[in-house]
Amino acid sequence: MTTSTPAVTSSGSTKTADSTPPSSRGGSPTGLGHKARGRAVKDQIARVVMWGAFLLALIPLVWILWTVGSKGYHLLLDSTWWTNSQRGITSRREGGGAVHAIQGTLIQGLTTALISVPIGVLTAIYLVEYGRGRLAKTVSFMVDILTGVPSIVAGLFVYALWVTTFGFQRVGFAVCLALVLLMIPVVVRSTEEMLKLVPNELREASYALGVPKWKTIMRVVLPTAFSGIVTGVLLGLARVMGETAPLLILGPYTKSIATDLFGGLMPTLPTMINQDRTESLPAAVDRMWAAALTLILLVLLLNIAGRVVSRFGSVKK
Amino acid sequence: MSSVTGVSLADKTPGPHGGAPLSGDGAGTGRLGDRLFGGAAKGAGLLVIALVTLVGVFLLWQAIPAIANDKVNFLTSREWSVNDSNNLRFGIVELLWTTVTVSAIAMLIAVPVGVAVALFITQYAPTWLSRPAASLIDLLAAVPSIVFGIWGLRTFGPVFEPVQNFLRDTIGWIPLFSDANISGGSTILFVGVVLAIMVLPIVTALSREVFAQTPITHREGALALGATKWEMIRVAVLPFGKPGVISAAMLGLGRALGETIAVTIILSTLPDGSKWTWSLLNGGETFASRIANNAAEFDTPQKAGAFIAAGLVLFILTFVVNAIARIVIDRRKAFTE
Repeated sequence: MTTSTPAVTSSGSTKTADSTPPSSRGGSPTGLGHKARGRAVKDQIARVVMWGAFLLALIPLVWILWTVGSKGYHLLLDSTWWTNSQRGITSRREGGGAVHAIQGTLIQGLTTALISVPIGVLTAIYLVEYGRGRLAKTVSFMVDILTGVPSIVAGLFVYALWVTTFGFQRVGFAVCLALVLLMIPVVVRSTEEMLKLVPNELREASYALGVPKWKTIMRVVLPTAFSGIVTGVLLGLARVMGETAPLLILGPYTKSIATDLFGGLMPTLPTMINQDRTESLPAAVDRMWAAALTLILLVLLLNIAGRVVSRFGSVKK
Repeated sequence: MSSVTGVSLADKTPGPHGGAPLSGDGAGTGRLGDRLFGGAAKGAGLLVIALVTLVGVFLLWQAIPAIANDKVNFLTSREWSVNDSNNLRFGIVELLWTTVTVSAIAMLIAVPVGVAVALFITQYAPTWLSRPAASLIDLLAAVPSIVFGIWGLRTFGPVFEPVQNFLRDTIGWIPLFSDANISGGSTILFVGVVLAIMVLPIVTALSREVFAQTPITHREGALALGATKWEMIRVAVLPFGKPGVISAAMLGLGRALGETIAVTIILSTLPDGSKWTWSLLNGGETFASRIANNAAEFDTPQKAGAFIAAGLVLFILTFVVNAIARIVIDRRKAFTE
């Protein structure tokens, strides 16, 4: 960290007007901003490299969206895709839909949100409004660690708890438990960020009116930060709905509609894609791309919704 | 957007912690409502601590019996046969090698490109472009892993194959690029490239955050001394952002180490007893993909225990990497406040 004013010496190319330019071309120093050729060239190269890196990063995004979109769109145009399940459909046959998987993904996502949002928001309130000293530091550190827990490890943990320790069956709810682990840190971090942005004057004004602290948080702080919290929840949902690894361990695929979280297996979009990914028969391959497109659309919708909410409802200064 | 770096513009606004802290809250906290609400908030915080602890404890508890029954050395063996619960033979050295090389390739590509993209967004992009550009790169993070997997295997793999063949034919005498008879793009090298694309948005987002916070005085100071834009970035922006970039790379690495489904789909698994090679053009399995490949057959506790042991090693690995990232950020915050 430099705290002093930086001097341009590292490249050894700061020129004063009377120094000879290093290039053999002997460009004479011009009046203003006399940059020796080499430096100007470097500057231009850097500019090109930065633009190039950005365009390079866009290639996979466009390519993936184009691949999935062009291979998957025609099945989505058929209404049976949104109304039928795959019951009785073999990989040879065309037809059937993804409603069972869409339902499963939505049910699991919402259940996960119902559990993680209260825990996440309360944790963020603790960190911003109450937390002091070592405990708060520890909580904050643990949230970071939770952010980095690989999803397969979350799935294994729930397996170790749910199946080997308690001896329960693999059901939809077990998947939700694994997803809760992944969603909590996203909700905590985004909520925390928003609560920090709420101006202190609002809190002080409320205290000055004799409002107790808990009511201040509930009635003043949370409503002010509401849109940011919604954004965090939507982004968290987008993350867990696209998650596959815990589902491999805890939620094998079935072809029919299943809406019971506590009995039997629950199909989801990721496991539907996973089911057909080794297929080479055209009907199954088409279904795989269509399911992938459905999942991408769902996740992108949540993401865009999250961004729109945060754009139009951020804390006013 | 939430900040994962722990540094944000919000730190500049005097909140309850920073800036001018209130001495006391000016609010009564003795009331029942306050006690309940404060207790609930604290309880949630404690729950988060308990969750992380539980993950570690449970995995350890389930892994210990399996490791105790392991007939070979868990840390140095390459074997993996867990079907006979009286003769468990499993070791992680090959999983570790594959996991580390795949992640290393991913980081070698993603960190330079990610930093360049972040510099583009914060320093080079015209004003109208910088926001949409950032959103576009963030969209890449929204694409589910499984989609990366099927796209990598079916679409990108065949395109990348000539590159691999070229490497094999030109520098195949280097052990890292020797021929391993794996067809298509199902090699360690290719998975590394796909993972690089997957962690790029993470590296970019965090680097962007720190670069955007470079003190304007540093930047203007450099420019006032006659620096070109690139020199200004080298002397002002990069040194300031270095800790942030390190932690961004660490968080990206944590993601790469634990990535499951994309690796599982793309990477060829090797038959039992195949020879050890240093080649990046070989198949293999990472910790995560080994667990995922066998997820359907966790039937006996011992057998599941062997995979849980592998999961435990992965958990420890990512824990360490993330903890380092966190420590780097904390030190930086101490500097700037």
